[in-house]
Amino acid sequence: MIERRGFLGAAGALAAAPFLARPARAQGTALKIGMITTLSGPGGYLGQDIRDAFALALEMQGGRLGNTPVQLLVEDDALKPGQGKQIAERFMKNEKIKLLTGVVFSNVLGAVAPDVLDAGGIYVSPNASPSTFAGRECHRNFWSIAWQNDSLHESAGQAAVNLGYKKMFILAPNYQAGKDAITGFKRLYKGEIVGEVYTRLDQTDYAAEMAQIRAAQPDAVYQFHPGGLGIAFLKQYVQAGLSQSIPMVLAEPSMDATTLGAVGEAALGIHVTAHWNTDFPNEANKRFVSAFMAKYNRVPTYYAQHGYDTALAIGAALAGTGGKVDDTEAFRRAMLPAKFESTRGKFAFGPNQHPVQDWYLVRVERGADGKPALVTKGRVLENHGDAYAGQCRL
Amino acid sequence: MGLLLEQLLNGLQLGVMLFLLAAGLTLVFGIMGVINLAHGSLYMVGAFASAWVATKTGSALAALAAGLAAAALTGMAVELLVLRRLYARDHLDQVLATFGLILFFNQGMVLLFGRQPLFVEIPAALRGAVELAPGLPYPAYRLAIIAVGLLVAAGLYLLIQRTRTGMLVRAGATHREMVRALGVDIRLLYTLVFGLGALLAGLAGLMAGPIFSVQVGMGEQILIMTFVVVVIGGIGSVRGALAGAVLVGLVDTLLRAYLPAALRGVMQGPDADALAAGLASMGVYLLMAVVLLLRPRGLFPAHA
Amino acid sequence: MRNRLRSRLPSRDAVALTLLLALAIALPWLAEAAGNPAGIALATRIAIYALAASALNLALGQGGMVSFGHAAFFGLGGYAVGILYAHWSWQEPLLGILPGTVSLPLTLLAAVGLGGLAAAAIGALSLRTSGVQFIMITLAFAQMLFFLFVSLKAYGGDDGLSVRRQGEFPGLSLRDPAQLYWLCLGLLVGWLALLRRVTRSRFGQVLAGARQNERRLRALGLTPYPYKLAGFILSGMGTALAGALMVNQARFVSPDMLHWTKSGELMIMVILGGVGTLLGPVFGAAALVGLESILSAWTENWQIILGPILLLVVLFGRGGLMALLRRVLPA
Repeated sequence: MIERRGFLGAAGALAAAPFLARPARAQGTALKIGMITTLSGPGGYLGQDIRDAFALALEMQGGRLGNTPVQLLVEDDALKPGQGKQIAERFMKNEKIKLLTGVVFSNVLGAVAPDVLDAGGIYVSPNASPSTFAGRECHRNFWSIAWQNDSLHESAGQAAVNLGYKKMFILAPNYQAGKDAITGFKRLYKGEIVGEVYTRLDQTDYAAEMAQIRAAQPDAVYQFHPGGLGIAFLKQYVQAGLSQSIPMVLAEPSMDATTLGAVGEAALGIHVTAHWNTDFPNEANKRFVSAFMAKYNRVPTYYAQHGYDTALAIGAALAGTGGKVDDTEAFRRAMLPAKFESTRGKFAFGPNQHPVQDWYLVRVERGADGKPALVTKGRVLENHGDAYAGQCRL
Repeated sequence: MGLLLEQLLNGLQLGVMLFLLAAGLTLVFGIMGVINLAHGSLYMVGAFASAWVATKTGSALAALAAGLAAAALTGMAVELLVLRRLYARDHLDQVLATFGLILFFNQGMVLLFGRQPLFVEIPAALRGAVELAPGLPYPAYRLAIIAVGLLVAAGLYLLIQRTRTGMLVRAGATHREMVRALGVDIRLLYTLVFGLGALLAGLAGLMAGPIFSVQVGMGEQILIMTFVVVVIGGIGSVRGALAGAVLVGLVDTLLRAYLPAALRGVMQGPDADALAAGLASMGVYLLMAVVLLLRPRGLFPAHA
Repeated sequence: MRNRLRSRLPSRDAVALTLLLALAIALPWLAEAAGNPAGIALATRIAIYALAASALNLALGQGGMVSFGHAAFFGLGGYAVGILYAHWSWQEPLLGILPGTVSLPLTLLAAVGLGGLAAAAIGALSLRTSGVQFIMITLAFAQMLFFLFVSLKAYGGDDGLSVRRQGEFPGLSLRDPAQLYWLCLGLLVGWLALLRRVTRSRFGQVLAGARQNERRLRALGLTPYPYKLAGFILSGMGTALAGALMVNQARFVSPDMLHWTKSGELMIMVILGGVGTLLGPVFGAAALVGLESILSAWTENWQIILGPILLLVVLFGRGGLMALLRRVLPA
């Protein structure tokens, strides 16, 4: 047997290193904002867009938000709730960061946000906004910039009504956001549901569902499959020859600029409901879209818009507090009026600090360059908040 | 009736896809005794290489060649540099090493191609649907996948049963030491078999490109299912891999297609759907557990 | 020679171990002094994963039962805490009879009990197979549980359950990260002490015998099955305990804890540290969680560094970190 003298001490030093070592970072007077987002795995491009657009907003204002010098710290949560929580802990305790943002996925948010809020921090959500934080458990320091998750599907339900579809077939993955999608869609859709199917989160082949859709003969299909799932679903929908006979209505996470790029021509004619689109004519949006395309050489997705608007919203609040975040009530007072030029046009915070905004109908059509692009067609819902605001007492 | 036929075809097509992955895995597993978690990465490499070349050149043939070559070369490089040193080791060391490879390949793809999923078009000749029977159109591309898969299965059968290499492969799967003792260059054989397995994984990956989403992490989504197929079929048996793959493909597809309706007959709509989705997901694993309990060596055990 | 769990510790190692333990106990103060208070939470996570990995090691290293489904017990332990909390906060008894609770001793007990029951059921069936089949059948059961919890809408489904209140332990305030850390450390040390006793007992010897040569064991008139099953159950209980602690630390439980990648991670920790060694899984957990944390803070492409590191450990460190350290630093 080999002696173990000596090595245990060394092992101790090795084991202790992570707790004692502190990554060297630029020090200064800049306000630190912590961004926890998903950069690896299949969902990595969502986090990348949020981060890139937030960084763009910062760069366009010369490293400042609301005239406050800001230092952005970004870390990858790898879509693991535990890892997200660990980063939040490090941001808040080691870096003394009070203002956090960035989480893409609801399940990571569930682990990160309660910790941030309970420790007296502020969380500004650029994307995930499950009903938890919109209803009874709403919080004075939780802000949602994008939407409350349900409104995505409510707007799609309304769009299906407006387009005159009497029989709908609806599909979503069998997880919380998928079930919320089905509930949300039915909230405003008044016609008949001829089929309701839950797919799997790890599913790649949808042939069985395609056959069911064909057999049910609906007027149209509504499906909610974010990211890669949606790409696979759409491709297979087209290949099954369904796209010619049965139109599709989508919520924006199932059809962003990246999805469109991956699906290509096949997406032509699909209706999408959205709170924002690249072709919105307001000045703020034109600035954003052209700057984003110039810097990153790709069309901004909804996620990019979220990152950018989040930066603007925080900037407006910082301008109001003179760059301070220690007094969360003062920050709240400055944030609440939403004094920023949103790229989506009209924007206000509802009583639960979630957006009240307009929803639009967008259609995939051939753009000026001949490639498929998302083209805004009209309004679906006006000043739309969410169904949970009533339960929130702030 | 038409619907059932369509669902059966769908199951067959999923099974064929799984077979292409499982064939390589089961050979590597059975002959070299290596648990290769990075098999899914080779599938991903094939898909990315072919998607990238297709966008750059617009040629389906060039994309096919690129996907196959990239996967096979990557596979052989992995065998020469890493796995060759691990044949004599414990399965657990192989698990750790190939897990490390997964991380490396995934992030490598991010660095090379970015995080955005890649767009792949179906080759022009295979677009559209074929009318199999009146009122039963079926996508031509999926039919092509089934055809390719069955051709590969037949080819593998001939290779393994009718050639000298195949004889060595069979011998290697059952009596490894004996083959080595007879003075066969077992190292070359191993590299070749590994390259063949990687090639098939790459083929599955590039064919999956136009249907699924070509993105980082796509290998792990299908890896576990592939292992299930290998174990159900019997480790080391290509015949077993085919049977297991088709069985898994059919069970998975049919459960998804018919379980919700069946459950809706006995309970409330939304509850039935949610439960059915859960049960359908478990179905394949339940199948594997039952097979393993009744026939621990799988349906077609290679080691007699 | 590999150090199996039963190897005797020389006295000088006892000194080193005491020092290591002292260092671990003092860690919250050290981290605070070094301006890294978040290190305490990181250390807590490592202690918890170390507990889970050591528990897996009992099955894997001692009994030779390569389980690819230990996430099932980890997750069940976690959900025991989460579900009891949920019913406590809704103020409606579970199944109409069992009242919810936030008392830590009770929830830990429930978690360990549930983990033991599940391990008994899964083990009883799975142990009828061996080798790769055993790996896959344990995976199968874990995956079934994973999909079960994904479809349980009442408990948050895929989004998981927030546990807004830490467990209550008499005399401790677990809201204080340092106290939670010490509790986890104490349980880890207690668990390791138990493992040492178990592996040196007759039971442990039989278990090791079953790993090395089942036929010889049978020739001695011993049936390996009940010993292996008992070892598997104990292993499942330890993993469930770790899962319960994890939920107290993360204040959140989701099916993520039951996913096969979690089983893989636990296995990686054991192999990385050194299969069958008492302290290997502890070092393995520290190395994997620590490296992930350091590397991901350093670069978003951390996986491209972590992957090759794992590879190098396998290629040049037969027997994991324990063996590697021993070779780099000879006596």
